[in-house]
Amino acid sequence: MLLIECPWCGFREESEFRCGGEAHIVRPLDSESLSDAEWADYLFMRTNPKGRHRERWVHEHGCRRWFNVERDTVTHEILAVYRMGEHPPAEPATGGRRR
Amino acid sequence: MTERYQRRSALAHLGLEARASVVAGEGGVTLREAPMRGLLVLRGDGGGKAFRSEVTAVLGIEPVVEPLTAARRRDLSILWLGPDEWLVITPDRRRARIERMLRDALVGQHAAVTDVSHGRTVLVLSGPDVLAVLAKGCSLDLHPRMFGPGRCAQSRLAKCQALIHQTTDAPEFEIHVPRSFAQYAWMWLEDAGQEFDLRIAPAE
Repeated sequence: MLLIECPWCGFREESEFRCGGEAHIVRPLDSESLSDAEWADYLFMRTNPKGRHRERWVHEHGCRRWFNVERDTVTHEILAVYRMGEHPPAEPATGGRRR
Repeated sequence: MTERYQRRSALAHLGLEARASVVAGEGGVTLREAPMRGLLVLRGDGGGKAFRSEVTAVLGIEPVVEPLTAARRRDLSILWLGPDEWLVITPDRRRARIERMLRDALVGQHAAVTDVSHGRTVLVLSGPDVLAVLAKGCSLDLHPRMFGPGRCAQSRLAKCQALIHQTTDAPEFEIHVPRSFAQYAWMWLEDAGQEFDLRIAPAE
């Protein structure tokens, strides 16, 4: 069970949350001019890294707000939590696991 | 809207009135239903001056800014549900009027007022052993050093979505659950409170 820090409610059990997949995927502005392959890439293709991963979570059984979590997919260590619209913390220059 | 004479509490079928037996000072924990509360979900820009002043003018209470807190003035309460979302608790007889007044006051703003009274049920748990009962099904830290009167939190109680609001130092907790979970939550609390000599009090 992960203990996740909601930016509004503080630390809560993982079962109160739901993961919404990779964060910071921007919808293409000119979607009509995209090829099928480009559109499919936006819709379906994810980086699926081994290590640091920025993802969206929602505090479903709490305040029901979406926010971002940076998590290590190997150790499940939560490295950072930041609100929607905030910039992710910079990756450490050394020591961190690379994608 | 359902006619007033047809409205029934979500727990009406349990015959709780007949089982209510509370002698002051007895039992470690007391459970009762608070049926027919007026519950309005208010959404809007919590940081906006116009929103704050209009809501304050209607309710006499400012929308609370600090997460997980509640404010009360006479028979009205406002509970923080999110940075742009609050729950306004009113007596049943004033519910419709306050809903209309809030709507009228917030015309033109990006705001919403929704009456959710019929979808929720409020259970009231009090007594010296109340924290021990809640700890059996809820992971929130409700100890006085972390929680207290005037604090509220949405979480889960025995896997049921619940809004837990401590109203008094006594301690007394109001637990809001979806109406369809009312019987489950009541029976779970009754079972959890058995070892603490739970008593049932008459509904408000």
